[in-house]
Amino acid sequence: MLELKAVCAGYGRAQILFDVSLSVAHGEAVALFGRNGAGKSTTLKTIAGLVRAWRGEIRFAGARIDLLPSYRIARAGIGYVPDTRRIFTELSVAENLEVGRRAGGDHSPVWNAERVNGLFPNLRELRDRSGGHISGGEQQMLSIARTLMGNPSLLLLDEPSEGLAPALVEQLAIALRKLKSEGVSMLLSEQNLRFAEGIADRACVLEGGHLRFEGTLAELERDADAKARYLGI
Amino acid sequence: MTLSAFLIQLLNGLAGASSLFLVSVGLSLTFGVTRVVNFAHGSLMMLGAYIAYSLIAGLGGGAAGYWAAVALSALAVAGVGVLIERFLLRRLYGAPELLQLTATFGVVLIVKDVVLALWGPEDLLGPRAPGFSGSVNILGSAVPQYDLLLIALGPLVLFLLTWLLRTTRWGILVRAASEDREMTAALGVNQAWLFSGVFFLGALLAGLAGALQLPREPANLNMDLAVIAEVFVVTVVGGLGSIPGAFIAALIIGVAKALCIAIGELAVFGVVLSFPKLTLVAEFIVMAIVLALRPWGLFGRPPALPRPSEQRELLRPPGRPLHVIAAAALIFMALLPLFADEYTLVLLTDISIFALFAASLHFMMGPGGMPSFGHAAYFGLSAYAAALLARTLPMESALLIAPLFAGLAALVYGWFCVRLSGVYLAMLTLAFAQITWSIAFQWDAVTGGSNGLTGVWPAQWLSSRRAYYWLTLTAAAIAILALWRIIFSPFGYALRGVRDSPLRAAAIGIDPRATQWAGFTIAGLFAGIAGALYAFSKGSISPETLSIPRSIDALVMVLLGGLQTLVGPVLGAAVLTSLQDSIVRHTEFWRATVGAVVIALVLFFPDGLAGIVQRMGVRGRHPT
Repeated sequence: MLELKAVCAGYGRAQILFDVSLSVAHGEAVALFGRNGAGKSTTLKTIAGLVRAWRGEIRFAGARIDLLPSYRIARAGIGYVPDTRRIFTELSVAENLEVGRRAGGDHSPVWNAERVNGLFPNLRELRDRSGGHISGGEQQMLSIARTLMGNPSLLLLDEPSEGLAPALVEQLAIALRKLKSEGVSMLLSEQNLRFAEGIADRACVLEGGHLRFEGTLAELERDADAKARYLGI
Repeated sequence: MTLSAFLIQLLNGLAGASSLFLVSVGLSLTFGVTRVVNFAHGSLMMLGAYIAYSLIAGLGGGAAGYWAAVALSALAVAGVGVLIERFLLRRLYGAPELLQLTATFGVVLIVKDVVLALWGPEDLLGPRAPGFSGSVNILGSAVPQYDLLLIALGPLVLFLLTWLLRTTRWGILVRAASEDREMTAALGVNQAWLFSGVFFLGALLAGLAGALQLPREPANLNMDLAVIAEVFVVTVVGGLGSIPGAFIAALIIGVAKALCIAIGELAVFGVVLSFPKLTLVAEFIVMAIVLALRPWGLFGRPPALPRPSEQRELLRPPGRPLHVIAAAALIFMALLPLFADEYTLVLLTDISIFALFAASLHFMMGPGGMPSFGHAAYFGLSAYAAALLARTLPMESALLIAPLFAGLAALVYGWFCVRLSGVYLAMLTLAFAQITWSIAFQWDAVTGGSNGLTGVWPAQWLSSRRAYYWLTLTAAAIAILALWRIIFSPFGYALRGVRDSPLRAAAIGIDPRATQWAGFTIAGLFAGIAGALYAFSKGSISPETLSIPRSIDALVMVLLGGLQTLVGPVLGAAVLTSLQDSIVRHTEFWRATVGAVVIALVLFFPDGLAGIVQRMGVRGRHPT
């Protein structure tokens, strides 16, 4: 469904990604590991079109997307959830969802405010609250919900569990598993191996902008050497 | 003063406030989403007034024809706004804001000449609005119906806009994009349409304001800059991007002006103060109070800090090649009078003066990081001071003392300006310059009003063109070298440190505001030296000396030369001054030509001439 071939990218003159190749199959969830600065966020941003790929190719559902503006990529069915959540703080929770609302393609499940609130029940009561006046955990839920409103078939999640209280992390994991069971493919960057284990089928590990490891989570779990070197565990 | 006279002025002020709100809110709205301050917004209003004048005449005198003409004018201007967005601004959304501002300045120049070509230089007064030509009796005084119509229109537009932005999907998207453009796009929103839509609406309101202004004020060629200066004051006071802010600020300023007119002349301790002439000062005082208390305006919020990571070419101390080239150029310039004719000498004198003027602006904008769109204020102020001082003092003393007045003005204006940054700062400098211009233009008794001052001649020993040129060249060269020294002094490094990261500079013990204030004042002082030299080289001065177009000239020189180099402003001054000299001789429409050059420059050569030269390999040495 998504395929990166030898993608190089960066900011200004600083190159961050070096020939990164990876793929996500339909209905699959792939976790992207790596330390801070390894290039996880940049990989997701490059797919979403917020950072331009310098070289290489990105294909989605067979078509090249690396030259498209980010709004076309979103419309093609890739939903991006940023690590800083980027909630519109001057808009209410309901208005935040409205910004993300868009009819999806044929394959994707149909999301609306009602169903999104079913997935994240906390949001229902916060409807009219300003996006700036809700907790970090609620903002994370809202950020995912807002992206779901665009009916994506692939979800890019940048460190979704970062900075959340353990109870919320569990709640989030349940929601993501539910999404997966409904056929939404996912590429999520994580530092939390435990969290990813409950969701992802495969793992990719980045170090210094290079892809160093690709395999199942069980393989990564067994490979003490790789864990120590790339993840510092 | 009677109560009824006061009431009339108050209502008149409120009517003025309404049309000011219509223009200002359009600027605020487009800025909110696109982050571009459109300097041509006042030009759009002017265009609205002129188009309405022709359409009203064309559609006959009936009420239906009149109001159809008003609506069509607004739509036509909206169309122009969309064209500007599509073909110019869209290419510049990623560019540094200074270049965006400058490009819209190019549009100002082009629109002015288009209007001049189509409608001629005469003021055009429109007919009274059918149905609203009479007056209503309120408390025994006759209040024009048209004023009441405008007063009602302001809140109505405020209500409609609020409704549009609060409840429609389009409005929600506009608000989302105002906050985070990139995220809005990542959610699948096509910004191109959003931006065009916002520009359509903003230009529509400006055009409407222009058309509605016609029965109150003739369409004239000074409208664009007069309006944009007022609009800047309103948006800075109300808070850029805030719609209710624009409304409240327009009201406060409208009422303050009305009060000044209503009070009339007042004798205080035997001194007669003419309050009607103080309307501009009133605006200034309102702005001063608001900025001192709330630097981002009544309803504004502080803009995000500029990203310190913005990549810039490092400014390097002049290396040996540059010293050699500069010395050779100076010797060449000094020897020129031996061969040049009178005409060339005048041009060379101008070039020297403008090189210093541009260098002082470069000091402020480049190393200082403070974009100024009103640098001519200091240039002109000093020129006026020199002319006035020369009446009582020897010319040499006048020449030396006059720049101090410019420095003083920069000290006062700078106190406000350094509280802001980026576009806000640029808008404020323009507003100050426009206010200074208006004072020079209106204060007949001292400044000679629109005629200016004449008989400003240098001393006997400098009376020949050749002698005066040598004086100018020497003074300008010394001053420019002094500026270069300051740039590479500890103070200069502190100034650049503050520019690149105010927080980090503050953390190592540099006071960002004091540093910028000092930089601002130095720039004003050096512009003043150029201004004083200019006054005696021309023999007379007029308000044009401190007008906005003169500020733009300096800006173009700096950008033409290249912001990130030392020789840029000098080079830019030489090229632009010679270019203008030949353009003015060959075409009546020199403004449009300059405007087109500016836009081309911004689009195709954002690094300027010196940037091109530098890329070819002439570089200074690294700082040690």
